[in-house]
Amino acid sequence: MTDPVLSVQGLSVETRDGVRLVDDLSFDLAPGEILGLVGESGSGKTVACRALMRLLPEPALRIADGRVALMGQDLVTLSEARMRGIRGRQLGMIFQNPTAHLDPVMRIGDQIAEAVRLHEGASRTDARARAVEALRQVGIPDPEARAGSYAHEFSGGMRQRAMIAIALACNPKVLIADEPTTALDVTVQAQILRLLMDLRDRQGVSIILITHDLGVVAQTCDSIAVLYAGRLCERGPKRGVLGAPAHRYTAGLIRCQPTSAGGEGMLDTIEGQPPAVSAMPKGCRFHPRCGAVIAVCNTHQPEQTARGPGHIAACHNPVADAAMTVSV
Amino acid sequence: MTAIAARPLYLRRFPGRTTLVVGLTVVGLMLLAALAAPLIAPYDPVFQDGTARLVAPSAAHPFGTDNFGRDVFSRVIWAARVDLQIAFLGVVFPLVIGTTIGTVAGYFGGVVDAVFMRIVDVVLAFPYLVLIIAIIAILGPGLKSFYIALALVGWVSYARLIRSQILILKSADFVLAARSLGYSHSRIMFRHLLPNALISSIVFAMSDMVLVLLGGASISFLGLGVQPPTAEWGIMVAEGQGFITQALWMTMFPGLAILLLSFGFSLIADGLGEWLGVKE
Amino acid sequence: MHRYRFVLLRPLQFLPVLFGISVITFVLVRLIPGDPARMLLGTRATASALERIRAQYGLDESIWVQYLYFLKNLFAGEMGKSIVFKTDVLKLIGTRIEPTLVLVIGSVALAILIAVPMATIAARNRGRIPDQVVRVVSTLGLGTPPFWLALMLMIVFSVKLDLLPVSGYGRTLPEKAAHMVLPCLTIALSLSAVLTRSLRASLIAQITSDQATAARARGLSEGTVFWRHVMPNAIVPTLNLLAVNVGWLIGGTVIVESVFAIPGMGQLLIRGIFSRDYMVVQGVAMCFAVATVLVNFLADILTVAADPRVKL
Repeated sequence: MTDPVLSVQGLSVETRDGVRLVDDLSFDLAPGEILGLVGESGSGKTVACRALMRLLPEPALRIADGRVALMGQDLVTLSEARMRGIRGRQLGMIFQNPTAHLDPVMRIGDQIAEAVRLHEGASRTDARARAVEALRQVGIPDPEARAGSYAHEFSGGMRQRAMIAIALACNPKVLIADEPTTALDVTVQAQILRLLMDLRDRQGVSIILITHDLGVVAQTCDSIAVLYAGRLCERGPKRGVLGAPAHRYTAGLIRCQPTSAGGEGMLDTIEGQPPAVSAMPKGCRFHPRCGAVIAVCNTHQPEQTARGPGHIAACHNPVADAAMTVSV
Repeated sequence: MTAIAARPLYLRRFPGRTTLVVGLTVVGLMLLAALAAPLIAPYDPVFQDGTARLVAPSAAHPFGTDNFGRDVFSRVIWAARVDLQIAFLGVVFPLVIGTTIGTVAGYFGGVVDAVFMRIVDVVLAFPYLVLIIAIIAILGPGLKSFYIALALVGWVSYARLIRSQILILKSADFVLAARSLGYSHSRIMFRHLLPNALISSIVFAMSDMVLVLLGGASISFLGLGVQPPTAEWGIMVAEGQGFITQALWMTMFPGLAILLLSFGFSLIADGLGEWLGVKE
Repeated sequence: MHRYRFVLLRPLQFLPVLFGISVITFVLVRLIPGDPARMLLGTRATASALERIRAQYGLDESIWVQYLYFLKNLFAGEMGKSIVFKTDVLKLIGTRIEPTLVLVIGSVALAILIAVPMATIAARNRGRIPDQVVRVVSTLGLGTPPFWLALMLMIVFSVKLDLLPVSGYGRTLPEKAAHMVLPCLTIALSLSAVLTRSLRASLIAQITSDQATAARARGLSEGTVFWRHVMPNAIVPTLNLLAVNVGWLIGGTVIVESVFAIPGMGQLLIRGIFSRDYMVVQGVAMCFAVATVLVNFLADILTVAADPRVKL
């Protein structure tokens, strides 16, 4: 095994009132790996990634505990000034809604050049050339001309490409992609995912792909981490987690996934709603919605146990091995 | 949850509450002072004491006296009656006229809308105060002319505001529902659309009171509004202008009264806006 | 550049508004009871002069024909004569335009200089004491009567501190500048209250916006994010507010010119009203209205320049 680029250990995020939105999250990210961070809305995946970037809306939310080591350097204890040198240069981020996340009154090329000039002290002309190059890298046709365009002159897919160009302009080691395809048309979604995989292959960037869509994970990722109500349920290589899910929540999510080949008509659902942050259940946070509750689930938080090579799950009553199979 | 919902409004917390409460208190106290003027004011507002001209503030005359020996404190209190009336009446007429025109124009659209909105454009092309001054110049100075001028000019803002709200609401689902139930035009307009659109114009009316109050006081200051010897804050400032180096109190206190009342109205407008989620 | 096509087209849309302005000013003066000819010339006019004015304005014809005469005179640059000053109204306005223009431009510039730092401090310290102070001060500023503020500033800076002249305009440039400080400050303080409130609200909305978060994720410092991404986006609505307030601003100059005895158009208007010099009132009102239309046009151009999304 190579050393991980990013190693997250016991990361916890708390609200001002002490509610843990992310509780004890740990995972490693290898160079060139694409990790899918999966969960329903409100599961804490976006909050977790904002915490990695140290972009939490303080003082409403703060990192309560944990270590985020980027190539051995802990980001949690870094000064804000040093952290700014990491953002954009080592850690890039793209967002769900490219329209809202691009500055509407600044030319796209200038938004890319801005980061290049800041982090690498490039001259105006150099930065401009880099911006054009970055746009070319993400497959924007006629990048020289398009660098002078504004966000509203781009289509949705082009805007997301532009955002990726901004995030990758300084060749960061890790790219955090927060639901990058959710707001896009299905056909454009596939193009953007292919672009991300391409960029990984060409530039060796590691990617954390936040999504609620297991289909996206199956297509794109090397490994998966499943979050429920702020806690890690299960994590491991894609084949292991999707092929032999151990946690009841993961298994439920897989059953809810529409399979284009199947066509049985009815989709499975997981009964109930994720818990409100103000009323987290005791024991396993998933137990009120779980179909296989045993006594201990009500009282004790499950420990993480190994299920296979690199595959761990935190469940008191895991799915028996090979109880279900999913073609990946 | 039901326990919270059942609590009276004044006990509940909502955004803008503090602002609203402070504003209501300021305006309420001034309203009370105006109503109770005969009880509170130590002197008759027009009584001239020849032996006590331009007396500096003291226990006998908290705000001093003016060049005619009238008690400034008493005049400030009595003037609240006139200035509150200016703020209320100066807003009510434009509000009613503008709301009616805006609703009709917004609901029917077409030619009616086009004609009214061109009129709005033209009226808005004139500086507000200049047009009001010009109309008063023709009608002759006085409060009545001021109200007429305001009614002729002030309605446009309300008409525009209501119209834009109606246009948004017109496409909303519940209007289609009302239509499909066969309700008449006027019923849909006044029973369904208007109550929704009115909220933003009520909030606007509160901030408009500041403008109207300042406008009315300015007009009186220029000598085109309330006429002497009636006590009104704007005219009191004008009367004090000539004695500003000897008797600053003559101008200072009526001005502070205007400032305080406007502040109260602004706070009410801000608090209401924050509470009801209306953006300016 | 097609976004700027409206610069050529918009003046055509002004025509109905200009037409409306001419109708209103025409009607305003015709509504005054009494013999219009006498009103135009004053009570001591000779019979022959009255005859001449009746012919020039078609006063014996129907009201519609009179309006056409009025328009004809207007296009000829003929706005009538002032009975008090015995000169052409247009010429008279020409001699009064400078102080008013200086007052308007000076106070807008000053208001921006006050509002931008105030709103910046408030928005960047949202909810904390500096923000609360700015909120209270700007709300108070909103409710301050300009005529009273003018007198208070006069007392402090001219009488007590003896730094600036009390009133008037002066002849030389330094004199004029000194005379315009307090009038500009009066209007600027009121106007900046309006601008500060609006700018503060849009700055706060922009500071918490997604595009600002994305800029921070690029490693930009809070200051860079603020000046390069937050302010440029927040300034656009405030710019429009400024245009909307031009009418109010001109009203303010009328009052301030009266208080400080500045020989500008506002003072001319008020004097015209008191001396029943109706042609002057008509002329000044019309000029103010046309100026308002032009300033709004200018604001539209600035908005298009500031926000690439806007199409007019």
